[in-house]
Amino acid sequence: MTMTEAYKVQLKDVFEGPMDLLVHLVKKNDVDIYDIPIAIIVEQYLGYMEIMEELSLEVSGDFLVMAASLMHIKSRMLIPAEQDNDEETEDPRMEIVRPLEEFLRIRNAADKLSGLSLLDRDIFCRPATEEMTDMAKDLRSLRPVGLFELIDAFQRIAKGISKEHLVDITKEMISVKQKISELMEILDEKKDITFQELFIGEHSREMLIITFLAVLEMIRLNLIRVMQHADSGIIRIYGG
Amino acid sequence: MADNLKAIIESLLFVTDGALSIKRLKSVLGDDITVQEIKEAVRGLMVDYEAEKRGFILHEVAGGYQFRTRPEYKEWIVKLKQLSPARLSRAALETLAVIAYKQPVLRTDVEHLRGVDSSGIFRTLLEKDLIRVLGRKDLPGRPILYGTTRRFLEVFGLRELGCLPSLDEMEQLEISWPSGSKSS
Repeated sequence: MTMTEAYKVQLKDVFEGPMDLLVHLVKKNDVDIYDIPIAIIVEQYLGYMEIMEELSLEVSGDFLVMAASLMHIKSRMLIPAEQDNDEETEDPRMEIVRPLEEFLRIRNAADKLSGLSLLDRDIFCRPATEEMTDMAKDLRSLRPVGLFELIDAFQRIAKGISKEHLVDITKEMISVKQKISELMEILDEKKDITFQELFIGEHSREMLIITFLAVLEMIRLNLIRVMQHADSGIIRIYGG
Repeated sequence: MADNLKAIIESLLFVTDGALSIKRLKSVLGDDITVQEIKEAVRGLMVDYEAEKRGFILHEVAGGYQFRTRPEYKEWIVKLKQLSPARLSRAALETLAVIAYKQPVLRTDVEHLRGVDSSGIFRTLLEKDLIRVLGRKDLPGRPILYGTTRRFLEVFGLRELGCLPSLDEMEQLEISWPSGSKSS
């Protein structure tokens, strides 16, 4: 058993979550989602959690959160509704019914998407030829660029621009966002662009910095890849 | 030129990677040809390919046109290319569905609806270029708003977002739950 204890299978991201378990239980018990026998469902839900622990599956915190809300609902069901309260007391189970409805809608939407003819699953087009092979050829001599190399490259461009402008932070926050969408549009059209080309037409130090910050943010968000050619030293930005 | 306009456009479509837009065709074909003529020629091509029962047909996707194989021949293509068909996990598909139908959305919106942390899936979808950052919401922390990409339209064969399949009503969902084996 020590072997299995050491190896925890991650359920997150690919496998089902707590909502799926709840749907599974509702279906299995053949009950109406608007009239869930909460005590039975809670008991079975916890049973599944135990099994998952035994199987050494990495049960995420989300399962615990759901278990807690189910138990909370169960406890509220036990308290009789106060008679003297004028406001109509809502069925505590509504707390779970609404998310359940939303979740079923999402599953339906996912099914609809999956039901379409998907590119590279059901439908194919000619593989991108020249550009891709060039890219593939290039890839051998391309290497990713680190943050400090980017800063160096930026400083070479920024050199010579007057340094008197101080950057206004509030203005900059807005502009970085705009710059990102601007750059995304350019990359949508051109697929790739050199680092230097990014700064063409920007004459103020402030705009240079904004552009640079936009590039860094886009790297962080995985919107672009920045590669440097081993021989020429040219840094190139690739979209997507 | 108008006589062989269809053939010219066909050749342009043939050499283009990705979808070719009417606008792009117009810029190549020049001022002598009107947008209307181009549209008619493209329509004509679509009809021709359809009528001749070719292995590939002209699809309208993501604001452009592209030759794509017919879905019924997929098994042969998969065999030829020896590829395992591109698959999105159930979780990724659900996340993508929320983003597609509700965009612009925050990651927290998606996580709230799905009831699970979705940061890893967002990263995957960004890497696959199916979603993108649309901007930031005017809330504390300025959280990022997400939407789908042009690539998303291409992959799902959609002309535009308005062409997303319509969803079922709640009542229908209850009767036929997705991937349900049990009928209620």
